[in-house]
This record gives sequence, structure tokens and C-alpha cells, in this order.
Amino acid sequence: MSYLYAAYIATWAIHVAYLGTLLRRYTRLRNEIAEFKGRVEEKN
Amino acid sequence: MKRVFPILAVLTGVLLSYALYEALIAAPTEQTMGDVQRIFYYHVPSAWTAFILFFVNFFASIVYLIWRANKADIVALVTAEVGVVFCTVVLVTGPIWARPVWGIWWTWDLRLTLTLVLWLIYVSYLVLRRFSSSGQTPLLAAVLAVFGALDVPLVYFSIWFFRTQHPQPVIGGGGSIDPRMLHVLLINWLAFSCFAALVCWSRYRLEVLRRDVDETLALEALLDPQAGQPRRAQTKTSSTGSAG
Amino acid sequence: MSSVVGLTRATLAKDLRLEWRSKDAINSMLFFSLLVVVIFSFSFDPTAEESRQIAGGLVWVAFLFAAVVALNQTWAREMRNQVLDAYRVSPAPPNALFLAKVIGNFIFVTVLQALMTPLFIVFYNLRALGPAYQLPIVAVLGTWALVVNGTFFAAMSLRTRSREIMLPLLLFPISIPALLAMVEATGAILTGEFSAKFWIVLLAAYDVVFTIASLFLFGFVLQAE
Repeated sequence: MSYLYAAYIATWAIHVAYLGTLLRRYTRLRNEIAEFKGRVEEKN
Repeated sequence: MKRVFPILAVLTGVLLSYALYEALIAAPTEQTMGDVQRIFYYHVPSAWTAFILFFVNFFASIVYLIWRANKADIVALVTAEVGVVFCTVVLVTGPIWARPVWGIWWTWDLRLTLTLVLWLIYVSYLVLRRFSSSGQTPLLAAVLAVFGALDVPLVYFSIWFFRTQHPQPVIGGGGSIDPRMLHVLLINWLAFSCFAALVCWSRYRLEVLRRDVDETLALEALLDPQAGQPRRAQTKTSSTGSAG
Repeated sequence: MSSVVGLTRATLAKDLRLEWRSKDAINSMLFFSLLVVVIFSFSFDPTAEESRQIAGGLVWVAFLFAAVVALNQTWAREMRNQVLDAYRVSPAPPNALFLAKVIGNFIFVTVLQALMTPLFIVFYNLRALGPAYQLPIVAVLGTWALVVNGTFFAAMSLRTRSREIMLPLLLFPISIPALLAMVEATGAILTGEFSAKFWIVLLAAYDVVFTIASLFLFGFVLQAE
């Protein structure tokens, strides 16, 4: 039975891991945008 | 449009939970394999979802080859990535299922081997997208996707014949299926399809944002070479695909 | 049509002449194949029966390595001398260039196979129990399968980082049905236990599909550089 749970947990672990990478990329993008905005404001 | 997303996410979550309940508790226990057979309800829908995603990737690639539509390229990238994720699930749950039932981790079972080959092809596709430095990455990737699609029937037949010459256990349950089990299977498939659609949608929006930012930063670098140097020394417009 | 043939022949002749003078590709290919043969000789000490069963795999691993060596250098000369740019600008059909490269690689690998086969027979005590005449057919079809896709992916890999890794990475998954067919067919012919007919037909189908696809899509790849 532990095999059954292992399979289900593994499935969600994989999905969560991928969603985690998406989240990481998104926050990195947000930081870049914020930096960029900062630079633009400095100029003006 | 964006308001809809949280609602859909919650609905999908509910659907997935219900599907999980059905799979673990409500579905009847299989005679020979026992409870381990319930892995089936996650293994098979993931395979179907992966294949559908790769199918979409094929069409998006063709669209890109003919019309060079940027959106098609993003769809191709997104479906390839999410497809690989679901493929990985299939390749992990398959052996976990095989081990207690047949005592072996792997078998050159038709579906499993086909999934492995698809996984390899699409991982190479994603690597090409990441390592290709030319501005023509979408074009090369689309060509590779077409090659991959052409390959699939050949892979299928080669494995099928290999198995008739060297018979192997069948993972994934052949033969007819109890209607109650079919019902649970379809519910899980529906749930995972909705989940996949939402993930693709999120990835799509992320990629659109990524490319917009890339273009903007590239323009900035053009207009003012000193700005923002440490973080992004050299940006390329669009097409490098997935962000680092 | 005649321009394609003429151009193909001219490019092919040039490549063969250059290779004959330097023997770069052939030497590296020979080296890698010998390496595979010797190392596998150490690891297996097969009986005649066993060696017939595994020889298919061993032989094609060796030839695959050799093919990758040949493929990696396919476009190197063109890259160095900006030939590809010239080609892109000229009205010459890109297929001619591609075809010449594929045939060139095919010849290199076939020459290598001709040199290595006696070695294999000696090292592994090989003797075909099945219809031996089918072996050259398998060799030709299999080599073409590797070489046509390999040349195409070599062109695709030109502007990627880690070019030498990119080529096998792209080639191997797509080639799996062909590799399976080659290995199984060779094994079937050597052991005489099965008929290799299905595998030969599969290889032929694979060759047709991917030759057409490559010829059709090479124009895109050339433009992409």
C-alpha cells in the first residue's frame, strides 16, 4: 500500500516542483520590472 | 479575464480532490492487484494529458512554420514544458506500479516505452530551445517538433513488434474495464485536464510577460548602454523561450 | 532538377576529395569504433551463441559513435569559411547541399563499416545463422537513417551552445525506432531465430519519411542560421 501512496505523492511532488519553478521565474521577473521602473524613475 | 483564474483554480482544486476521493476510496478494489491498482487512476490520465499536450504542440509548431505567429510559438513552448511534466509523472508512477505487481521496476511495455521516447524527444526539444542562441529558435524548435511527430508512429510500430517478439508484462491493465472504474478514470482525467489547462495558461502568461520584459530591457540597453548593466549584460529579443 | 544533381555531385566530389587528402574524419571514426570493440571485448567473454545475440547491439553502438564523429564535423568546414552565408544568398537549391553532405557522411560511415566488420567477426566469432545477404541491406538502410537525420540535426545544432552535445541529444531520441530496428534485424539475422523482414521494412519506411522531411525542411534550417 505504501507503493500506492508513494505514487500519488510522487505525482503531486512533481507538479508542485514545476509550479514552484514557475513561481520562482515569476518573482524574478517582478524584481526585474521593479528594478527597471526604478531606473526609469531615476532618469525622470 | 484575469478575475476568472482564481475561480477556475478553486473549481479545479475541488474537482481534483473529488477525483482523489473517488480513486482512493469510492472506486472498487481490483481483484488480482488489490489497492495498488489505484495508481492506474493517476497513471493513465497523466499519459492521456501528456499525449494531448504534445499533439497541441505539434499543431502549434505547424502553425508557426506556416504563418510565423509568435503566439503559436509560445503555445508550442508551453505545451512542451507541461507535457514533459505530465510525462515524468507517467514514467514515475509506472515503475512504482510495476514493482509490487510484477516484481520489476521497468518493462518494455508499449505505453511506457512510447512515453519514455516521447519524454526523450521533448526534453531534447526543450534543451534545444534553451541552448539555441540564434534568434531563430522558434523556427528550429518547430522543425524539431515536426520531426518528433513524424517519429511517433514509427516508434509505436517498432515497440509493438519488439513486444510481439519479446513478450513483456503489460502495465496499465489491458482488456475490458469495469464501468465503475471507467467512471473514476474519466473523472480523474477531467480533473487533470482542467489542471493542465490552468497550468498552461499560467505558463503562457508568464512567457508573454517574460518576452515583453526582454524586449523592453533590450530597447533600454540600446538607448542607454549604461543602464542596468550588472543584472542583464546582454538581452536578446523574444525567442529564447523559457526564462533562466 | 539537373541543377540539383549537378550541384550535389560537385559538392560531394569536393568533400570526398578533401577528406581523402586529410583523412580526418575516417581516422577519428576508426579510433572510436576500435575503442568500443576492444572495451566490449574485455567486458564480455561470450560464447558463440551469446555473441550472436548481443552482437547486433555492440556493432551498432560502435557504428553510432563513429557516425556521430563524422556528423559533428559535417558542417565545420562550411562554418569556418562562411560558405553557408554564400549559399543562403545564392539561388542554388539548399537541398543539393544537404544531399551532398548526407551522401558524403554515408560514404564515410560505410567505409568505416567495411573496415570494422572483419574485426567484429574475428573478435566475437560471428557467423550468420540466418540469411546473411540481408545484412548489407540492414547496413545500408540503417546507416542512411542515422546519417540523414544526423546531418540535419548537425545543421540545426550549428548555432547552439555545446554543439557537440546537442547533436547526439537531438539525434538519439528521434532515431530510437531505427536503432531498435537495426539492432533487432542484425540479431535476427545472426541468430537465425526470427525473420528480419519487418525490421527491414520499418527501416525503409523510416528512411523514406525522414529523407522527405529533411529535404522539405532543410531550407528553413539553412535560413535560420
